[in-house]
Amino acid sequence: MSAAPLPSPAPAMLQLEGVQTHIGPYHILHGVDLAVPRGGVTMLLGRNGAGKTTTLRTIMGLWKASKGRILFDGEDITRRATPDIAQGGIAYVPESMAIFSDLTVRENVVLAARSGPIDPARLDWIFSLFPALKRFWNLPAGHLSGGQKQMLAITRAIAEPRRLLLVDEPTKGLAPVIVRNMIEAFQALKVAGETILLVEQNFHAASMLGDGVLVMDEGRIVHAGAMSELVADKGLQQRLLGLSLDTHQ
Amino acid sequence: MSASTAPAPAAAALPAARADWLPLALVPAIMAAALPLFGDISSWVTLTLAGLAMGMMIFLMASGMTLVFGLMDVINFGHGVFISLGAYATLLVLGPLAAWAHAESLALNIALLLLCIGAGMAVTAGAGAFFERVIVRPVYGSHLKQILVTMGGLIITEQLIHALWGASPIPIPLPQALRGAFVIGDMAVERYRVAAVVIGLVVYGLMHLVLNRTRLGLLIRAGVENPEMVEALGYRIRRLFVSVFIAGSALAGLGGVMWAFYRQTLTAGMGMEVMVLVFTVIIIGGLGSIGGCFIGSLLVALVANYVGFLAPKLALVSNILVMALVLVWRPQGLFPVARR
Repeated sequence: MSAAPLPSPAPAMLQLEGVQTHIGPYHILHGVDLAVPRGGVTMLLGRNGAGKTTTLRTIMGLWKASKGRILFDGEDITRRATPDIAQGGIAYVPESMAIFSDLTVRENVVLAARSGPIDPARLDWIFSLFPALKRFWNLPAGHLSGGQKQMLAITRAIAEPRRLLLVDEPTKGLAPVIVRNMIEAFQALKVAGETILLVEQNFHAASMLGDGVLVMDEGRIVHAGAMSELVADKGLQQRLLGLSLDTHQ
Repeated sequence: MSASTAPAPAAAALPAARADWLPLALVPAIMAAALPLFGDISSWVTLTLAGLAMGMMIFLMASGMTLVFGLMDVINFGHGVFISLGAYATLLVLGPLAAWAHAESLALNIALLLLCIGAGMAVTAGAGAFFERVIVRPVYGSHLKQILVTMGGLIITEQLIHALWGASPIPIPLPQALRGAFVIGDMAVERYRVAAVVIGLVVYGLMHLVLNRTRLGLLIRAGVENPEMVEALGYRIRRLFVSVFIAGSALAGLGGVMWAFYRQTLTAGMGMEVMVLVFTVIIIGGLGSIGGCFIGSLLVALVANYVGFLAPKLALVSNILVMALVLVWRPQGLFPVARR
């Protein structure tokens, strides 16, 4: 096991220290230690049930950590309420996307821009990432396809500048062409300097996006390192994830 | 952050939202379908206006409850007591200002009605804040406990009304200007019903504006669908819950005032008596939908009036029949809210 924080010259933007989470009678996270450096994409990988989604929800305060500390830019946010965490600059894209189906695409984005009207230049930039959204701008979001809903969910997270994006399985269940669109969008976000903690099951997508990688198993981080190292080491892939990149090309 | 140099989006070039017009057509369709069944147009006009007025009052009483259920997932069986409290609050105004009800001045009559509405809404808003904090908040998330505890709250509050104002029915005077009817040809249109229609339309218009044209409205609509995501976007849903519960209680109070003047008698159980209608229109409209509640209220009231005149023996089952037909057509109500 190599659960040390990612090697990075810059101080971590997000740090979890021994975080444990219980959901009802179930003990899901058993002491998560991780660090997300400023800028770039950190992938959070692991088998189903490893605790990835719980980790993101615990960071957002949607489930409370029963032990441990969550530090965001040095501030302890472990006991903060979800709205405070969001106002602090963390945006969350859940696995379910959680778009507001009865609201139009525009209304979904307006709601996400808390500080007022959306900057037109930023909106243009978002439309350049997800052109489909412009076509459906005034239609109820419930009418969108799965891929378009995912685009909207990500758009909500970037409607205003945020310090950290938590994104849960953005390519799940999407057609290959939409997955490619998603990968390109995240690459553009990376170029724009965003800091992203991205949960992903699609190792191919993960390998194209990740700078750093964290691997979870049974509620703990069991590996932390550079994505390039994991991509190059098929034995490590097999041991950590039970797969190799070849099988996901 | 990099940004492309593409031109700013032009809203005019974007497609317009599509509205679901079919349920909206139901009310005029039923009115038109009923017309040939009446021997004379004056009966149809009288009953139609009576139905619309009744529908508006039901809407005022039900709108708060559907909003509370939609946003907070709270089944408030105690909602009826806010209707009664609103009605009894008129006594706070009618006590010192009873003479205004008999004055010939239209301004004094209208002022009296507005003061009664203000008192009803203020009292029920305060009671709603207390009810939410003491009775509802401990049982968030458990429908069974909500039903039990809000029923308990209703019984206790009804007894408090008895303790404060006595158990006997209390007659109240309708302001002079709202008594009688406008006579147009051989048609008689009751003045108070016209006033009820106007107030109902104004309240619906305001609610529609707030829900569709303001950020608060967006938050409420989003919160009805996914409160957790609203929090994850950085908004405090708890404050919104409390505000909506208070607003819902105040709306019930407003409905109670209108209902009280319609009946011209106050009883502690008057709110509970209309709860079957309230539940019916909420189910017809779609749980949590204000627009659905509005259409549902008009449908139920119109059909009840028409059937009561044309086939009195069916009057008792007409509401259930309307609900059953709507649910066969749209099992989640006229305007289903996505989360439900």
